[in-house]
Amino acid sequence: MQVALFVPCYVDQLYPQVAMATLRLLERLGLEVVYPQNQTCCGQPMSNTGCWDDALPLAQRFLETFAQYEYVVAPSGSCVAMVRNHYDELLGGQPGFNELKNKTFELCEFLVDVLKINQLSGSFPHQVGLHQSCHGLRDLRMGSCSEIVGPRFSKPKQLLELLDDIQFSELQRDDDCCGFGGTFAVSEEAVSCMMGQDRIADHLQAGTQILTAADMSCLMHLQGIIRRENHPIKVMHIAEILAEAVEPGSMKSVAVTEAGKS
Amino acid sequence: MSSKDNILKAIRNQFVESVPLPSLDQDWIDYEDRVAHFAETLESVGGAAHVVQSMEQVQEILSQVPQYADAKKCVSTVSGISANVDLNTIGDPHELEDIDFAVLQGQFAVAENGAVWITDRDVKHRVIYFIPQYLAFVVHCPGDAASAIVSNMYQAYEQIKLTGEAEFGAFISGPSKTADIEQSLVIGAHGARSLHVFLVENQTP
Amino acid sequence: MSSTQDHPAKAKAFVANNERAHWHDKALWFVREKRDRMANSLPEWETLREVASEIKSHTIGKLADYLEQFEENATKLGVHVHWAKDDKEHNRIVLEILQSHDVKRVVKSKSMLTEECHLNPFLEKHDIEVIDTDLGERIVQLRDESPSHIVLPAIHIRKEEVSETFEEHLGTEHGNSDPKYLTEAARGHLREKFLGADAGITGVNFAIAETGGIVVCTNEGNADLGVSLPKLHIACMGIEKIIPRLNDLSVFLRLLARSATGQPITTYSSHFHGPLTGGEMHIVLLDNGRSDLMGSNEFRNSLKCIRCGACMNTCPVYRRSGGHSYSTTVPGPIGSILAPAMDSKANKSLPFACSLCGSCTDVCPVKIDLHHQLLTWRGELRKRGQLPIDKWLPMKVGSWVMRSPSLFAMVGSIGRFFLRNMPRWMIYHGLNSWGKQRELPEAPKKSFRQLYNEQQKNKPQAGDKNNE
Repeated sequence: MQVALFVPCYVDQLYPQVAMATLRLLERLGLEVVYPQNQTCCGQPMSNTGCWDDALPLAQRFLETFAQYEYVVAPSGSCVAMVRNHYDELLGGQPGFNELKNKTFELCEFLVDVLKINQLSGSFPHQVGLHQSCHGLRDLRMGSCSEIVGPRFSKPKQLLELLDDIQFSELQRDDDCCGFGGTFAVSEEAVSCMMGQDRIADHLQAGTQILTAADMSCLMHLQGIIRRENHPIKVMHIAEILAEAVEPGSMKSVAVTEAGKS
Repeated sequence: MSSKDNILKAIRNQFVESVPLPSLDQDWIDYEDRVAHFAETLESVGGAAHVVQSMEQVQEILSQVPQYADAKKCVSTVSGISANVDLNTIGDPHELEDIDFAVLQGQFAVAENGAVWITDRDVKHRVIYFIPQYLAFVVHCPGDAASAIVSNMYQAYEQIKLTGEAEFGAFISGPSKTADIEQSLVIGAHGARSLHVFLVENQTP
Repeated sequence: MSSTQDHPAKAKAFVANNERAHWHDKALWFVREKRDRMANSLPEWETLREVASEIKSHTIGKLADYLEQFEENATKLGVHVHWAKDDKEHNRIVLEILQSHDVKRVVKSKSMLTEECHLNPFLEKHDIEVIDTDLGERIVQLRDESPSHIVLPAIHIRKEEVSETFEEHLGTEHGNSDPKYLTEAARGHLREKFLGADAGITGVNFAIAETGGIVVCTNEGNADLGVSLPKLHIACMGIEKIIPRLNDLSVFLRLLARSATGQPITTYSSHFHGPLTGGEMHIVLLDNGRSDLMGSNEFRNSLKCIRCGACMNTCPVYRRSGGHSYSTTVPGPIGSILAPAMDSKANKSLPFACSLCGSCTDVCPVKIDLHHQLLTWRGELRKRGQLPIDKWLPMKVGSWVMRSPSLFAMVGSIGRFFLRNMPRWMIYHGLNSWGKQRELPEAPKKSFRQLYNEQQKNKPQAGDKNNE
């Protein structure tokens, strides 16, 4: 099975270890993973600001870059939601677009729905607080949200639960938004930060040691607050947890290279 | 052109795709024990339900309700319940302002929300449902208590037959209440401060 | 009241009082949790939402027919039906009815529509006293404020403040802020107003085309008291309140109170078919931009709204910024869709007062795609040239950079270099909104692209599939 890695622009630039973890995890699961070099940004910041004209060339580039692959996988629910739920307005009717939409997956979805992973050998002896990123939750339906009446499930949690020795935080508000929201984080800075602080307070009361999510953008915002306020919570993308658990030590080299000064 | 014509024309000028009206007859919730569910729900909204076998029993229970026993002015539209103000002799509804207690007819009850359907069909002043300090409804049940309780609102509306004449009807669920001050629930906003519902079994209304 | 509004500035002011903003957030979350318990008590909840949405879609498609049917049936019941194109005509009609009956004192139950039309100040200007009888609205009226929520008008006011207001206006004890005591005081005060009123005005929750009746829902019983003592009842409604059949109410009444306040039904769900014996009943149907909204494929769904307020209770922004930060009659997610439809320039900040979390869409009992409509509004504002430059220019530049992988890689590495090497004071300054309360990410030396390509060089057997 051949998978093209779709690395969100800010992950490429700011969180290379997250993309690297995704790559290692997928390779470890026996997949042939390629990183198409023509990719840049899916255009979500533009469309979320209403600038659809500016998003169009990027959507076009995305289609041209990824159309040829069997699967497209990204460590981001938000960027996948852009492709699956919002590209229709830009690319609807173009050859290959429908196929692209149907073969583009967020990492956890891909592991659960396509690869049907139901066991992972690895241990993660920490208390993990799972932040349910909104676009993954409510646009991709990666889990049940608290508003909808129906069976409860969470694909990210389902994967984490496969790891030995892992514990989960019991939150007071399971799926309240962290307040990132793209440019919202800047244009509505006061509300955005209060939302983030409230999420972190919830994780602190629950005893979270490692805060994780399927979207690094939410974590970037939350980590920014955690670092500013010096809270004892470490932030890891879910790909990092999974990669580290199934292949202990594999992420250290990356993390050291990246955080340390050379 | 009148405003009516203007508005209707503006609406008709908009092309809106028409979709069919859905069926309302669906698999809605049915409670196995409608009486228990009704009583429980009514209690949760501040009311109290009583299943009784006769009007004498209603009178007996009421006599032990202090607000009824101590009422200076009491109205009843239910035969068999004693009262000292006759609604039919009142000309101006404003005169009802100092009614302490009213015992009124309810038509049927709804298990899912603790409501009782009432109408003003044989009631001279509809304000009597809202102005007394305390209130009781008597619902006559043709068979057991469950015979006057429907499970859900779909069944409730199937029971309602309007006359086509001017009339008033309401679902009333518990006593009047408000939570407008800091979300603190306070019973007795403008209407009744308490509500007793009597389900009288094997009664022909 | 369509002056240029700036949500972020007002939200910032609200959030600045951190303790109060948290108190507000918790009060609304408490209502949201009650709603969840009620929704989960019905296994058919999602079916109900779907059916409600379909009834509304159908009705909007045949609205003119249903309005005519409603008028015909209401008229048969002895109701006078009036049509108003806009707020001015609405207010004029109400005034004429009141003046022709020589009305001096009116009691009014909660109606967002009369707020939309600013009926109170209009009538007061014509020497008619209007008393809002819903407790929350009365509190707001005595304080000379506007409601900050469509179901919980005084949700932003603390009991100590209510106590002060009541002490001043109703003569209650100094310092007594017990909600029970204050509610009792309001009950006594408003009883007098009910007994002294010459007419009652209500809003309308639902109007039934098939029967010509209207339904008004309250918990306090204020609408019923207000229109069962005086002989004159005026009901004001937007044309979107029509439903086709009597039994459609079963769907909407099951959803409304559960969504709004987490109750199984409102205490009073009153069905008015015609006037009191010997009385008079008028219904005013208002358009005020609704027929225009019908024509919009993008925003038509917002007409399905049953004004339950659930989108406000769940909105993480509303909960923390308060209803007044929206500067509109209807605040929150639904208000941020409706207000730009009336005046997009004045309300251009509202579609951005949203993190696009989508909770409103999932909580909405009639399945309005609220967060998608907010996103659509952003695009509409761009098309109309109403986006401020600080929003569109970065996107234009970003799009230009992102069209070239090599340019993106270059700009990225320059950015990371500066982030790593600039002194803190050059990064964290007044213009860096991100950095006021948050650290920026620690910039890595190499991007993933660089790391990946280095790794591929060391493993020459892999990566042949790469293009470029």
